[in-house]
Amino acid sequence: MDSSRPPKVNPKIALAMIDRFLQEELVKTGLAGFVLGLSGGVDSALACALAAHALGPGKVLAVKMPFRTSSPSSEADADAVISQLGVRSERVDITPMVEAYFQGLPESPPLRWGNFMARVRMAVLFDRSARERALVLGTSNKTELLLGYGTWYGDTASSLNPIGDLYKAQVWQMARHLGLPEQVVSKAPSADLWPDQTDEGEMGITYAEADAILYLLVDGRYTVEEVAAAGHPLDRVQKVLAMVEGSQYKRRLPIIAKLSQRTVGIDFRYPRDWGR
Amino acid sequence: MESVLKVALVQMAPSLGLTERNLESHLAWLETPEAREADLVVFPELSLTGYLLQDLVAEVARPLEEKGFLAPLVEASRHRDILVGLVEESSQFLFHNSAVYLSRGRIHHVHRKVYLPTYGMFDEGRYFAAGREFGAFDTRFGKIGVLICEDAWHLSSSYLLVLQGAHTLLVMSGSPGRGLATESVEATSVQTWERVGQTLSQFLTVHWAYVNRVGYEDGLAFAGGSYVADPFGDLLLDGAENVEAIYRADLPLASLRRARTQTPLLRDEKPELVLRQLKEVLREG
Repeated sequence: MDSSRPPKVNPKIALAMIDRFLQEELVKTGLAGFVLGLSGGVDSALACALAAHALGPGKVLAVKMPFRTSSPSSEADADAVISQLGVRSERVDITPMVEAYFQGLPESPPLRWGNFMARVRMAVLFDRSARERALVLGTSNKTELLLGYGTWYGDTASSLNPIGDLYKAQVWQMARHLGLPEQVVSKAPSADLWPDQTDEGEMGITYAEADAILYLLVDGRYTVEEVAAAGHPLDRVQKVLAMVEGSQYKRRLPIIAKLSQRTVGIDFRYPRDWGR
Repeated sequence: MESVLKVALVQMAPSLGLTERNLESHLAWLETPEAREADLVVFPELSLTGYLLQDLVAEVARPLEEKGFLAPLVEASRHRDILVGLVEESSQFLFHNSAVYLSRGRIHHVHRKVYLPTYGMFDEGRYFAAGREFGAFDTRFGKIGVLICEDAWHLSSSYLLVLQGAHTLLVMSGSPGRGLATESVEATSVQTWERVGQTLSQFLTVHWAYVNRVGYEDGLAFAGGSYVADPFGDLLLDGAENVEAIYRADLPLASLRRARTQTPLLRDEKPELVLRQLKEVLREG
């Protein structure tokens, strides 16, 4: 295990595994295709490319959902992905929905606007999925999921997620392997919830550093002290661990007050692929 | 004794919890040309039920009766021997992750998985009762021993079977593919399984046939990569990953004889020494 670099992935095997994952889950649910939000960023571009690779572009609907402050270059990047992959696409401007809600709430800080936008996008995707008889694809990568960098029940909500076990570095690697547009792969990652927002600025850590630390902590089961001994500053390791711990609630379904002999989520345990 | 064991390995994707559907697919696999020319057809771990059962264990469990649920497979075993995986319900209402060897229209042998992995992604100890022994059994191809997945990771299991006279070890697996942070052409887990089988078959001078399932259950990608290692530790067969397939291999007794002549490890084995020292270890423990 190389302790200082972000982890790599074998793109060919990963592609084969994700192909079959998407194909089989679609067969099991008996639905017709996939719907996902396409932001212009690399995560949703990769999820879109994987879905198109697995099932053909005709079974994938990419929904662009800009807000009035969204960067125009994001939409141009999303268009480049749509045109390269040949997937079906749709544009839903979420500005009227979001502004209707915040009218009369002038004090709201950007984070509340951002979270609300993420949840409106989620609602649009699940509604479109009902119309399309499709599954909503998640576009959160492993780094985001572990650090909790996402909106609970917003962008983290989906039916299934093909990229949730890929660190950001591996997402970039897969995106290059699939030949996605260079401007999508090389630009600074941003949730684009307000102007000039960048993931790394907001998180206070670079993806390269977060990936390398998480890979040792999570995949390698290193202790904090062992990660530090492997060459990462102790305070950075502690910060990463605190982010993981602090966001555990986002990776779980709601916990239920146990009262009966058998309780959903505690001792009523069935696989999701039950009977499929 | 037959001089060659013609084995077919069914690298299939069972449907989770749908035993009737799986029974149908077993019968269909048995009709393929590869299965029809084999003496013995081996299915993967829990082939009739699927793997990630959780609370479904109690619902798919069946008592082992030749005239019950298994009847069509028992009947099919009049033509060729069949090894299948299922959840066995004991007379004490305990549930075992079991392998059932069918031959000549009878249930010939049952192996209950001894080592139930309960760590990481595995939770078998929560749902299954553990088996209590490894037993090699007679067939017309010589003695055979069965291991279910984690069983094979405990050195003593294959050691005991070979000391009981096993010519062939059949390893039934439900192993998810994982570990892609390498440049290799195979997932780490697939390579590891090959290393285990090649090492043990060479150390114990035994035929080793490994069949792993494919398909997905709640995001777990069962990796396939079924293979056969000969008593020299060489791969006779190296199956593909991720795809459903049936593989054929011939396991000749002659190669067993050659290996045990060239490297008579089995002749020189000292089980009485092992027993004496194990007793000492247990006393000290």
